[in-house]
Amino acid sequence: MTSDIEIKSGASAKTQPSAPPENAPDTSYKSWGNYPQASHRKVLRPAWMDEITGKLLTDNAPLLAYGLGRSYGDSCLNDGGTLMDIRGLDRILHFDAEHGSIVCEAGVSLGEILLIAVPRGWFLPVTPGTKIVTLAGAIANDVHGKNHHVEGTIGCHVEQFGLVRSNGGEIICSRDENPELFAATIGGLGLTGIILWAELRLKRITSAQIEMDTVPFATFEDFIRLSSDEEGAKYEYTVGWVDCLSGRKTRGIFMRGNHATEGKLRTHPEKIKLSVPFNLPSFTLNPFSIWAFNNLYYAMGRAKAGHSQVHYDPFFYPLDKVDNWNRIYGHGGFTQYQCVVPNSEVAAFQEILERIARAGQGSFLGVIKKFGSVQSPGIMSFPRPGLTLALDFPFRGEKTLKLFAELDEVVAAARGALYPAKDPRMSPRMFRLSYPRLEEFRRYVDPALSSSFWRRVAEEKA
Amino acid sequence: MSQGLVILGATSKIAQEVARIAAKEGREILLVARNEERLEAVAGDLLARGAARVETIGCDLADVANHQALWSRVENQMPEFTSVLLAYGTLGDQVRAEQSIAYTMRELNTNFISAASLLSYAAASLEHRKTGVLAVITSVAGDRARRSNYVYGSAKGALTLFVQGLRARLFASGVRVLTIKPGPVDTPMIAHMKKGLLTASPKSVAAIIYREMEEGKGEVIYVPAYWRAIMAVIRAIPESVGKKLKF
Repeated sequence: MTSDIEIKSGASAKTQPSAPPENAPDTSYKSWGNYPQASHRKVLRPAWMDEITGKLLTDNAPLLAYGLGRSYGDSCLNDGGTLMDIRGLDRILHFDAEHGSIVCEAGVSLGEILLIAVPRGWFLPVTPGTKIVTLAGAIANDVHGKNHHVEGTIGCHVEQFGLVRSNGGEIICSRDENPELFAATIGGLGLTGIILWAELRLKRITSAQIEMDTVPFATFEDFIRLSSDEEGAKYEYTVGWVDCLSGRKTRGIFMRGNHATEGKLRTHPEKIKLSVPFNLPSFTLNPFSIWAFNNLYYAMGRAKAGHSQVHYDPFFYPLDKVDNWNRIYGHGGFTQYQCVVPNSEVAAFQEILERIARAGQGSFLGVIKKFGSVQSPGIMSFPRPGLTLALDFPFRGEKTLKLFAELDEVVAAARGALYPAKDPRMSPRMFRLSYPRLEEFRRYVDPALSSSFWRRVAEEKA
Repeated sequence: MSQGLVILGATSKIAQEVARIAAKEGREILLVARNEERLEAVAGDLLARGAARVETIGCDLADVANHQALWSRVENQMPEFTSVLLAYGTLGDQVRAEQSIAYTMRELNTNFISAASLLSYAAASLEHRKTGVLAVITSVAGDRARRSNYVYGSAKGALTLFVQGLRARLFASGVRVLTIKPGPVDTPMIAHMKKGLLTASPKSVAAIIYREMEEGKGEVIYVPAYWRAIMAVIRAIPESVGKKLKF
């Protein structure tokens, strides 16, 4: 305003109200495994899509979007850089209850989508083992679930999204429009631009219940038989839990299910009742407690064997019932090892199980599943035809790293791959071997964006 | 009875959360705020969450000259409204206000003058209908002027008094007037400030506001309620001591 009356010397510095405190580094943003830790120079918290511009990205480089922090390792961290917390973008922009499509801002969680969609007879086309992830995070990691063998990854069901890159304004990406950026962003670990919103195609349901079969298995061959294409065709959802101490004498519980056709369209409870309020002491998890848990879980699975009908919430998201369950691993944190090897490499898969059993370091739920051949549009997508194992490990420093390095060699020899969303430690070499289209992907990485993970595994060229 | 809710300043974080609760109850909502693109996003969200109908009016609420036209649009687009929530305000920059009188006047206009103008229109409508709720978000900052934000505080304090007057005026018509005094809420308004233990979540604050608007009997609420006690203590500080405090 030109008519503004400026008062230049009215007050001495002494009587000025104190200026807002200097922006100290922010250490409150963590990954799910609590390892590694990161310190962020600055955290941006946009409340509206229009606040996110190319200039904002450039001015705050290196920058990374952060959602609900369910990535285990450092792919959601940007040590020394800027984080953009996108949870403020939590609006559902459009829900077409007739055709089952939903357009959401980036920070809407899958759980929030379910609250809107389920009462109207729609469900997520693909869901990971937690609903406490943002839609944009799900796309950036191209998440998969128990129905991978029939529906592929979440990227297979994304119609389009809006992306902001540092060199301009919003661009729309779909299979037809900017298809290369569409393919690079799905599974692109947030490095190709900031996702503002996305449109997801939903799945019709007539009940919130799942018809579930629980089948104990006592050999690896039994698991393979239960996972066969013939068997898989009968069940939309299949997954195996494996006792990580059983090794070659593989035993576990196979769970499979379909959406029930009858029942109420009841949503999950909005509030989480249980919580782990603080980090537990690290001795909580020891070889004995893990052995006891695995035995108990197996026994319970056997006792429950057979058919039952359960709500989708306990079927898909048993751990969402306890807020901050990751704190049972204490201050040291934990990590997960998730790999996939081709179907022809059964022997390698068994060797991995055996090495883990011998090392005796694994913890609770070892999850095994046979991925299907539905191809994701994402060029950096992790799932591919083969057998996948995901197992949590309390982080015990060198001991853990050494075991993982051993497992890596087996995975590499079998032409397998590791999953960045679960990883705090893979080598640049393993990343390269896991993602043959890495060089193509680099072309789409926005120069203003980076992550701790990316700097660790990919920044120096091979 | 119709269930229309008019929200003035509908893109504020607290207003959005209140509107979500109303949407879930299947109500009709009229949103008024400056940025039309943002209004569009909020409207889509409320429809997805179950609102029976959502109308929007994009206009600058601080522009008092435009209020008469604005209010006839409100009456036109949602003639059957029963509740009005005034939820806008700017925290402003105290340092800048001390350096620019024009800026100070703008802040006072936004937070008090324009609000008083709009509330006068709303009060006349509701007085005529002899029913409804008029709810106004002021602030605990209006309970006592402080060194660090007295421009904002004095505007909110004046607004609090104005609303008190309206309450006395509308009492006879059966219209309830509710003064809402939130403490610090974790919204973009205070994004630059350090968040303490007393910072409430917008969702919890909205739940209290909505419940109070719909079912409450109170006249003046502090949100969360413990601010009533805190502000009683702060008001009790004698002026001779208060003038030396920097907070």
